[in-house]
Amino acid sequence: MIPINYYIILSAILFTIGVTGVLVRRNALIIFMSIELMLNAANLAIVAFSSVLESFSGQIFVFFVIAVAAAEVAVGLALIVEIFKSKRSIDVDQMSSLKG
Amino acid sequence: MTIDLILFLLLALVAIAAALGMLLSRNAVYSALYLVLNFVTVAVFYLLLGAPFIAMAQVTVYAGAIMVLFLFVIMLLGADELPKAQVLPWQKPLAVVLAVLLAAEATFLLVTKARPAGDILQPDVSANTMDNLRQLGMSLFTDYLLPFEVVSILLLVAMVGAIVLTKKEKAERKK
Repeated sequence: MIPINYYIILSAILFTIGVTGVLVRRNALIIFMSIELMLNAANLAIVAFSSVLESFSGQIFVFFVIAVAAAEVAVGLALIVEIFKSKRSIDVDQMSSLKG
Repeated sequence: MTIDLILFLLLALVAIAAALGMLLSRNAVYSALYLVLNFVTVAVFYLLLGAPFIAMAQVTVYAGAIMVLFLFVIMLLGADELPKAQVLPWQKPLAVVLAVLLAAEATFLLVTKARPAGDILQPDVSANTMDNLRQLGMSLFTDYLLPFEVVSILLLVAMVGAIVLTKKEKAERKK
């Protein structure tokens, strides 16, 4: 028997690590991985709630989130490859061409 | 302390350690491998929560397809380590403080305000059977048929988008 609160706390911690990754790191790929970690933390919370409520809707929603994450990764990595081609770097600090 | 709780705490420790390893590794390849470990641990959590289909989808789609794509791009670009550059000195401590604040806030609100009626959940082996899969499939193809189709269109659009983005322009190729 595990209280659902433990799952929620774990999910919040993983989400926060993802947020910290987006804020602290400068490598665009690692920022992207942190976003995946955040999606994953949210999924964990959804499945935990769906397990408590004994409902399948949560699991189906997580299935959709996984599909959307896969689509997002395909487009995002294509964008990163394009940025690398033109700038020869994936440091997000250097993506400042639009800055006045 | 029951065996379930010990298992949960050990797995939680592994998940958090893997996430921190992802965050702190200098080398992007190590980050990706730590993230794979994190995803597999979360898949085990899904099994504990009685969601076997999601657990398997997690392993095949996340730990398999998505992370292979990541590793492929990291090695393709050869950008596994960035050189040290001048950054704002106050940015990192501020980010950590704000993140801890966010964690405390999110935990407090979710635990006190969004608690569902059933407080305790029992990881149940009988949930991880074909029955679960059958019910999930029935629900997916009846109640959630439209979202399912929309997701298939979304995947198609993403595929076309990725191809168009990485394709060279025709005029550029002639030069």
